[in-house]
Amino acid sequence: MGDLLSLFINSVFIGNILLAYFLGMCSFIAVSKNIETAAGLGFAVIFVLTVTSPVNWIIYHGLLAPGALSWAGFPDLDLSFLKFITFIAVIAAIVQAVEMIIDKYSPLLYASLGVFLPLIAVNCAILGTSLFMVERNYTLVESIVFGAGSGTGWMLAIVSMAAIRKKTLYADVPKGLEGFGITMIVAGLMAMTFMMFSGITL
Amino acid sequence: MLKDKTHYTELLVKGIWKENPVAYQVLGICSALAVTVQMSTALVMAVALTVVTAFSSMLISSLRKKIPSNIRIIVELAIIASLVIVTDQILKAFLYDISKQLSIFVGLIITNCIVLGRAEAFALANDPIDSFVDGIANGIGYGLILVFVAFLRELLGSGKIFGLPVIPRILFDAGYQNMGLMVLAPGAFFIIGLLVWLKNSLPGISHEKK
Repeated sequence: MGDLLSLFINSVFIGNILLAYFLGMCSFIAVSKNIETAAGLGFAVIFVLTVTSPVNWIIYHGLLAPGALSWAGFPDLDLSFLKFITFIAVIAAIVQAVEMIIDKYSPLLYASLGVFLPLIAVNCAILGTSLFMVERNYTLVESIVFGAGSGTGWMLAIVSMAAIRKKTLYADVPKGLEGFGITMIVAGLMAMTFMMFSGITL
Repeated sequence: MLKDKTHYTELLVKGIWKENPVAYQVLGICSALAVTVQMSTALVMAVALTVVTAFSSMLISSLRKKIPSNIRIIVELAIIASLVIVTDQILKAFLYDISKQLSIFVGLIITNCIVLGRAEAFALANDPIDSFVDGIANGIGYGLILVFVAFLRELLGSGKIFGLPVIPRILFDAGYQNMGLMVLAPGAFFIIGLLVWLKNSLPGISHEKK
C-alpha cells in the first residue's frame, strides 16, 4: 500500500508528466487561458489516463510482450514493436467510446467536456504514460495508480498555469515576450518549484 | 508532375524560416524540450522527425482522394504510427545507445503535432511531391530549433558540444562553473521562452497575432 502511495505522490509531484517530462505541452499552452476550461480538460485527462493505462497494460502483457503468446503455441514470438500502433489505436478507441458514453448518460458533463475529448487522443501525455508504463515494468495495479497520478499531476500543472496566466494579464511584460514567451518562462519557474518536491521520500 | 524549381524553394523557405513550426505555430514543443539536453540526441531526433513527416505527408497526400473524410484521422495516425515503428527499429539496430537515451520520445513522434498538423493542413490539399517537400521543410525547421536549443543547453549545462569538452580548463580554474539548471527541465523552458523573445524582437518579422 505504501509503495502505491509513494508511486502516486511521485507521479504527481516529482516526476510530473508535464513539468519534468514535457508531455502534453501543446494543449497545455493552448488551453491554459481560462481556469474553467483548463480544469475541464484536466478532469478529462485524468479519466482517460486512468482507463487507458491499465487497458494498454493488459493488451501489452497479454498479446505483445515477448513470450506473451506462448499459450497459443508461439513461445518465441515478440510483438513488442507493435506497441506504438496498438496503443494509439486503443487510446483513440477509448476516447471515442468515452465520448459516446458521456453523451448518452450525462449530457451536462458532455456539454462541458465534449469539446476536449477529441483533443485528448493526440495528447502526448496519454501515449507517453502508456509507453512509460511499459518501459518501467509496472504491474497492473501500479499502472492504474501511475495513470491516475500522471493525470492528477497534469491537471495540477495546467490549472495553476491558467491561474498564473490570468494574473499576468495585469503584469507589465516586455513587448516581445508577451503571450507564448512569458508562458514558457512561467512554466520554467513552475518546473523549478516542482523540483523542490524531489527531496521528499515516503 | 514536377513543377519549376522556385516553387519548391519557396516551400522550403516557408517551412524552415517564414513559418517555422516551433517558433511561429508553437507545434511540437513536447519533444523539443525533452531531447535537447545533448546535441547528439537532438540531431537524431530532428532527422527522425524529418523523415517521418516527409514520408507520411507524401503517403497521405497520394491517398487523399481515397480516404473517407470522417475516418481520416485514424487513417493518418495508422500511417504515421507505421512509419514511426520503422524508424524506431532502424534506430535500435544502428544507433542503440542514442535510441536508449531517446527512450519513449521516438514513439511520441506519433503524437507530435507537426506531423499530424502538416498532414491535415497541407498534405490533404496538395499533390504528393509538394507534400514531401513541405514535410522536409517543416522537419528541418523543427530540427534547427532543436539543435540550437541543444547547443545552448549542452554548452552552458555541461560545457560540451557533441560530448567533447570545449570550455578550456583555465576558465574553470578562474572560477567558471557549469550551469546545472540548464540540464534540468526548467532550463529548457527558459531557453524556449527567451528564443521566442528574440524572434519577436528581430526586425521585419511580424508579431504574433493576438
